[in-house]
Amino acid sequence: MKDDLELEQERYELFAGPLYNFNFNRRQFLKAFSGGIALIVPVSNLVAHTLQQDQGESGRRGNERVPDDIGAWIHIDEKGTVSVFTGKTEIGQNIRTSLTQAVAEELHVPLDVIRVVMADTDLTPFDMGTFGSLTTPRMAPQLRKAAAAARETLIALAAEQWKVEPTSVRIVNARFVNHDASKSLTLAEVAKGQKLVKTIPADVATTAVKDWTVAGTSVAKIDGRDFVTGKHQYTTDVRREGMLYGRIVRPSALEAKLMSSDTKAAEAMPGVVVVRDGDFIGVVAPDRETAIRAEKAIAVHWQAPGQPGNDELFAFLKKNAAPSRGARPVGSIADGMAAADKKLSQAYTVAYIAHAPLEPRAAVAEWNDGKLTVWTGTQRPFGVRSELAEAFHIPEEKVRVIVPDTGSGYGGKHTGECAIEAARLARASGKPVKLVWTREEEFNWAYFRPAGVIEVNSGVKNDGTVTAWEFHNYNSGGSGIQVKYDFPNQDIQFHNSKSPLRQGSYRGLAATANHFAREVHMDELAQLVNMDSVAFRLKNIKDARLKAVLEAAADKFGWHAKKTEGRGRGIACGFEKGSYIATAAEVSVDAKTGRVKLERVVESFECGAIVNPLHLHNQVEGAVVQAIGGAMFENIQFKNGQILNGKFSQYRLPRFSDVPLIEIVLLDRKDLPSAGAGETPIVGLAPAVANAIFDLTGKRIRSMPLT
Amino acid sequence: MPNVTTLNVNGKKLRVDVDSQTPLLYVLRDHLNLTGTKYGCGEAKCGACTVLVEGQQMRSCVTPVGRVSGKQITTIEGMEKDGKLHPLQEAFLKADALQCGYCTSGMIMAAAALLNKNAKPGRAEIVKHMDANVCRCGTYPRIVKAIEIAAGTGKGVAE
Repeated sequence: MKDDLELEQERYELFAGPLYNFNFNRRQFLKAFSGGIALIVPVSNLVAHTLQQDQGESGRRGNERVPDDIGAWIHIDEKGTVSVFTGKTEIGQNIRTSLTQAVAEELHVPLDVIRVVMADTDLTPFDMGTFGSLTTPRMAPQLRKAAAAARETLIALAAEQWKVEPTSVRIVNARFVNHDASKSLTLAEVAKGQKLVKTIPADVATTAVKDWTVAGTSVAKIDGRDFVTGKHQYTTDVRREGMLYGRIVRPSALEAKLMSSDTKAAEAMPGVVVVRDGDFIGVVAPDRETAIRAEKAIAVHWQAPGQPGNDELFAFLKKNAAPSRGARPVGSIADGMAAADKKLSQAYTVAYIAHAPLEPRAAVAEWNDGKLTVWTGTQRPFGVRSELAEAFHIPEEKVRVIVPDTGSGYGGKHTGECAIEAARLARASGKPVKLVWTREEEFNWAYFRPAGVIEVNSGVKNDGTVTAWEFHNYNSGGSGIQVKYDFPNQDIQFHNSKSPLRQGSYRGLAATANHFAREVHMDELAQLVNMDSVAFRLKNIKDARLKAVLEAAADKFGWHAKKTEGRGRGIACGFEKGSYIATAAEVSVDAKTGRVKLERVVESFECGAIVNPLHLHNQVEGAVVQAIGGAMFENIQFKNGQILNGKFSQYRLPRFSDVPLIEIVLLDRKDLPSAGAGETPIVGLAPAVANAIFDLTGKRIRSMPLT
Repeated sequence: MPNVTTLNVNGKKLRVDVDSQTPLLYVLRDHLNLTGTKYGCGEAKCGACTVLVEGQQMRSCVTPVGRVSGKQITTIEGMEKDGKLHPLQEAFLKADALQCGYCTSGMIMAAAALLNKNAKPGRAEIVKHMDANVCRCGTYPRIVKAIEIAAGTGKGVAE
């Protein structure tokens, strides 16, 4: 694990920021804690490799010193409401539901008693951000422990009231009952008059996975009704008293400098305020239509330098590559090559692609007595708070960021540029301002999944044993670059480069690019030694979990059955962020147009113990569908700092008619801790489809998209 | 062109005062505070802004409000009747046919237009009709199932 981290896996989490931040301190907590019972999860419990620290002295009954590093907390107030406070964000991955399940499981209360307060920097403790598939493996187990400790604390209090042994008290349907159920108390009755704060003890026992009754089951989206009725308020729906509408005058290209501007005509419009600050020009108006007219009335002259375009991208990335850091070869490539019967060198490329979240970046900002409040859709509320504090030279305590459950992100909403713009306009106009990026702004001024070049040199014996594996990734990233195959000689390196476009995190990060190159190359090696794709992979796998997903996908697909006439089939497997995946794909080609049609996909996935089978199935299926875009057609076109296909009429997204028959096999490993599942299921499709196209046509495609 | 001063939305006559060229989407969202209808692309390519006009689907982001004055407009807020969800809304919940939910209003309205035309559409017809609506989270298979459930042609419960 440690080795992986040193390869800068998360380098593209833009402005990753410090791991620790003690701003949600004792004072703030005590202000928020009105009474009742609180169980605190220290930050240290949520950070890997430090699990053993800071757990020693707690666990006694009674009040304790509130720790300075609060990572999350559960509160049962005097009215009996259970509130869970976490800085995580809900962006469609349904953690609001899964975290509710985790708490309900241990607290023995119905789901509807629990309220999860998320991603509000004034109400919830600091959180690094919602990325890296970390909520399920890190936050959920700790909240489970906190809920178990809360239950034991409440039971002890109920027992005290009845003067009985705590072991004779149970919670049934949010009520405490004594041994013969002759007496009962509600949560409110037990919590009333209490002011009890505890840090979760080290020795708190949680329910074994095999005994789960709420966690591990298919609970529907907890507030689903608000979404199907249109009631849910996304950032774009937030409305404040006296709110104005903002627009930004965008540069003509990336890196463009403002040479001159004439804002007189816009300023003359009733109700319009023009804000000019360096190269930033924005307008606000009482309504959206006037804001657009004002923006268009501003005459600007920009000057942009010449910049690389698509046609020279891959050469550019290689030319500007830096030497890799942290690479640690295993064995010797020279020895491995010497032992090989056959050798292969190939290069693979991936294009820039856009997240294109359906809700574009948006923010509503207002200033009250020097304090800034911003509603915005971001995966990093505390990071955006820091950005705002820095931009306006104010302390972080003067900034509140509130994240309504957001219209998706896929790694694309880590930054605060829209929040800063809205806040700048609000400060100038003295009124709350709403700024919703247009789709074109979203394409042009956000950031992309990195493009990259991957070169692989390998050696293989005629019996299928891979003897040498040299792998260089230029620019796309280090995630998923390590192999789970049993290769004796490896040299795996990631090289930073200079990116012509702004690039950042994306669902699965570079694991998609690295799996694409690796799994297509594996197929090429299998072909070289004339072996079946599945048998060839199995020959090089010792890891039992990888073997299990590969065999599960192959079985469900019918890999060993007779091939269907006119269809090609391909397979790929891999591992990333604690979970294992294998994807098998079947394609056909239209004889007239030559167009590839994806007919069928089987994907097997294993992420330890399953937390919610319904939502896991939905995530895996959704990842397969989203992966179709990057695999088959998504491709940002650009030249001289301009995006040439930055709108939905030009940028091809997966649609209903692109969806093949998708079959998902979920392997439930109740004996293993749960890993996150929002990202890894996206990595297998592209190589599986590339291999299927080769199987059918004999044409080997080494670029994503597969064109 | 004169301003539009009244609109029939969800069975109610509502007062507005907007330029007739204003897209219907913003009249609904900004002037009438009916925010269930969403902006996605502004060029009728994603369907997040879909509403019904006289029972047929319309992309409100490219529809000048002047063109629909005097006509019956239905938005997602008008689907629930007396606290009872529309069968499509029920079906979307049943099939778990959403993740982030931002496309959901438009999906439900587009599906409602389809069921108005054909109460029992086949799978191919559903796919064809819905193809202009984007779900970036990739819940398409579940949306198809939801429509089948609402039409009474589905098996009932999604996986």
